[in-house]
Amino acid sequence: MAALGFATGGGSWFSALALGVTLLKCLLIPTYHSTDFEVHRNWLAITHSLPVSQWYYEATSEWTLDYPPFFAWFEYVLSHVAKYFDQEMLNIHNLNYCSSRTLLFQRFSVIFTDALFVYAVHECCKCIDGKKSSKELTEKPKFILSVLLLWNFGLLIVDHIHFQYNGFLFGLMLLSIARLFQKRHLEGAFLFAVLLHFKHIYLYVAPAYGVYLLRSYCFTANKPDGSVRWNSFSFVRVISLGLIAFLVSALSLGPFLASNQLPQVFSRLFPFKRGLCHAYWAPNFWALYNALDKVLSIIGLQLKLLDPEKIPKVSMTSGLVQQFQHTVLPSVTPLATFIGTLIAILPSIFCLWFKPQGPRGFLRCLILCALSSFMFGWHVHEKAILLAVLPMSLLSVGKAGDASIFLILTTTGHYSLFPLLFTAPELPVKILLMLLFTIYSISSLKTLFRKEKPLFNWMETFYLLGLGPLEVCCEFIFPFTSWKLKYPFIPLLLTSVYCAVGITYAWFKLYISVLTDPLVLKTKKQ
Amino acid sequence: MIVSWMWLHCTSLGLLTIFFEIKKTAFLGAGKPPMFGDYEAQRHWQEITFNLPVRQWYFNTSDNNLQYWGLDYPPLTAYHSLLCAYVAEFINPDWIALHTSRGYESQAHKLFMRATVFIADVLIYIPAVILYCCCLKETSTKRKITNVLCILLYPGLILIDYGHFQNIYNSVSLGFALWGVLGVSCDWDLLGSLAFCLAVNYKQMELYHSLPFFCFLLGKCFKKGLKGKGFVLLIKLACTVVASFLLCWLPFFAEREQTLQVLRRLFPVDRGLFEDKVANIWCSFNVFLKIKDILPRHSQVIISFCFTFLSLLPACIKLTLQPSPKGFRFTLVSCALSFFLFSFQVHEKSILLVSLPVCLVLNEIPFISTWFLLVSTFSMLPLLLKDELLMPSVVTVMAFFIACATSFSIFEKISEEELRLQSFSVSVRKYLPCFTFLPRIIQHLFLISVVAIVLLTLMTVTLDPPGELPDLFSVLVCFVSCLHFLFFLVYFNIVIMWDRRNGRNQKKIN
Repeated sequence: MAALGFATGGGSWFSALALGVTLLKCLLIPTYHSTDFEVHRNWLAITHSLPVSQWYYEATSEWTLDYPPFFAWFEYVLSHVAKYFDQEMLNIHNLNYCSSRTLLFQRFSVIFTDALFVYAVHECCKCIDGKKSSKELTEKPKFILSVLLLWNFGLLIVDHIHFQYNGFLFGLMLLSIARLFQKRHLEGAFLFAVLLHFKHIYLYVAPAYGVYLLRSYCFTANKPDGSVRWNSFSFVRVISLGLIAFLVSALSLGPFLASNQLPQVFSRLFPFKRGLCHAYWAPNFWALYNALDKVLSIIGLQLKLLDPEKIPKVSMTSGLVQQFQHTVLPSVTPLATFIGTLIAILPSIFCLWFKPQGPRGFLRCLILCALSSFMFGWHVHEKAILLAVLPMSLLSVGKAGDASIFLILTTTGHYSLFPLLFTAPELPVKILLMLLFTIYSISSLKTLFRKEKPLFNWMETFYLLGLGPLEVCCEFIFPFTSWKLKYPFIPLLLTSVYCAVGITYAWFKLYISVLTDPLVLKTKKQ
Repeated sequence: MIVSWMWLHCTSLGLLTIFFEIKKTAFLGAGKPPMFGDYEAQRHWQEITFNLPVRQWYFNTSDNNLQYWGLDYPPLTAYHSLLCAYVAEFINPDWIALHTSRGYESQAHKLFMRATVFIADVLIYIPAVILYCCCLKETSTKRKITNVLCILLYPGLILIDYGHFQNIYNSVSLGFALWGVLGVSCDWDLLGSLAFCLAVNYKQMELYHSLPFFCFLLGKCFKKGLKGKGFVLLIKLACTVVASFLLCWLPFFAEREQTLQVLRRLFPVDRGLFEDKVANIWCSFNVFLKIKDILPRHSQVIISFCFTFLSLLPACIKLTLQPSPKGFRFTLVSCALSFFLFSFQVHEKSILLVSLPVCLVLNEIPFISTWFLLVSTFSMLPLLLKDELLMPSVVTVMAFFIACATSFSIFEKISEEELRLQSFSVSVRKYLPCFTFLPRIIQHLFLISVVAIVLLTLMTVTLDPPGELPDLFSVLVCFVSCLHFLFFLVYFNIVIMWDRRNGRNQKKIN
């Protein structure tokens, strides 16, 4: 009866939402899963059957352990539950093993660990100020935010169809953001440090954390004009932050440092041997760059400016992770991408330092960091867009301008995830889920900001509507044309270039809004 | 208004997602020769109707082996198969080639078959539900939308139509019936009766609903006066019904033998009082006394007919004398339930025919309706387990329950008035002044029933039945559900019979 009362009470819309999405996740159990399923099974086997010293050396499977130690420990804990389901999945040599019990266990492990994500969303909702709250429940920012986060399309398909453990990792991130909003800085810093040792992709947003904590936590006061008051520096706070970071790192990396394995661990974590782009180009700056290169080379061939003999015969979207030679434009090195990322991040960091605007400013900087690294990073996965999409949801319910950027970013970013699910049975599910989420997000944010100017101008509307015909062309028309055999990469190319345009646009717009935002002096802080 | 449209949109999209998910999880008997499961039946009908002349559809010929998934539904189903066959022929002629296509299975074909169900659903059933809820009186927009959500989320229909893939087009006949209800309640009597005739011609099981339709329309005619407008209406209705039947059966009226053969295929009397395990009286009673073996077949038919007739008589008479849309909906429930419990040759899935009208009264008596809909899904448990649909069933049942519980707050609506039992208790209290405990009893019954359902489900799933009683759990499931259904039959009859007085009392109070 407790469960019944839990579901029926007046303020329990949150649990209803969470339960609803959990049920949907359960329905997704038998769907297609990618090689990441085998990756995580292999890690279960490695951590279960080998001593710690072997974890980062084991290479029976091609899917070696390439996440930081905490994640390995997480798999280790999971494996002790897994043995009650199916002992066979914990055998390293049992490659591509997938019994129905293994499937159930792995899927349910994702669903259960998502509890952390649900809790984090709950905490985040508390941080949203309900100034505009209307009487209608469905028009409250809190409600909209929790739907946007809990029912996020990208997270659903990446975690529960494609298979990964992003849910609880993003839970950690959102929780640490929420703690910063609640002025519990040490806790937030601790959570982020732990998160970094779960999955190092979150290094992308580390600059935002570092600068924010230094500026707004270690310096306890501002001058009247908003600039930093240098003598307000608190050594106690810096030391406690440093201690947290050090202790967490020591706990994670210590054992490997002790046995002199650190270089091996790092070589696994940062594989620079992979190419500039993934097999399918993530929709970022390099996708545009590659596309331009292709176009130029084709034009060059037509105009006889280039020698056909010299053109490398490797096509980048043919499905293998490999190095790619640019034909016309200069080839890109890891160092160049690194510098590009750094340059892209710097203005936002400066902004955070010189125009501190509390947690909201931090959140904007964090999103810009994530987006900039997505735009210019080396070997970026299309899934990394979630790193910007999820925090952006928090901003979207606050201001109409942010809402419009969020919608463009989310819709484009989610659409760019479509190639992850390429099997026919998943086609209706991905389209319907995407429509569900997009229609909901657009219409709910439109109602929320109905008193302000329209969220999209004609160009943005046109661009977003263009995604529909693009999908029809790529999935329904192209397979029946004669080009299918000759140019199999065209749908992927079109998708990534089209999405790259939208994401670049959103990135640009967000940057402009951050840089031109007038400085709001916070007098009450002093 | 924008908000409500948006919710409607999102709701339906979300449901479609769920539909697709369930479809994918299971295909009954797919890939099991020699009968290839019921999926094959649907494909086979397309093959038959496309390749053979109409004359041979229902006959056993060298090209049409009736033992192998012979056509046993009325002509409209056959036409629908023919239509699908034309599309299939356009896409891939191999799918429906005579003889050679038997047991055909491929990814593309599955997608095609799913798409046909899906399209039928979107065209007929879903619009009917949405329109019905929009026509509800005295409810807010939000309430209407939650009503749509709950009706569309009803697990029984989703699981049977999309998971089981047998009689997959249940939603077509139910959708037509719903259009009928809609038409008749909104006073578009001719359209309503036309829609209902289509429903009957799609699946003969729709006859369960025919008596309330007949009584309600007849009652309307009486009300208008049989000598004036009522007579005209009666004639019009009769003409509509006859014309629509004629149209559907036209190809089979050429010869007398044709018509009889179709009828024989539709009503296979020689298949016995019941098959498998059904949650009706006969199957449950069979535990104590093997009626099926003791009595000769024709007396079985007579007994079941008498029981059915007697049990639905009071409600029908009441409806004829005092026709009202509300009474009509309740009578639909009680008649369908009587048919399900007492009639001859009932299948587990026929409970869907009761569930549909119960969905229609969800708004009026949310507590009892939710309870009934849960029990009805539970009664199909053996069938669902056979299709390995345990996971989707649990998920959808929970989703449905949560949706109903949150949107109607059913646990607060258990007073006598909310249960529509006020006038009944008032009249009982004349003889038994202390009769005030009815709502409490019903509440306790609900708890007991939920516990029983959960326990039985757990036992069926986890325990192996003892060797000498292999069907123990499925019989128990049927027996428990049957008890529930009897209770609901009594309840609905009480509500119907005491309905008018309630109205008068309220007027007096006002």
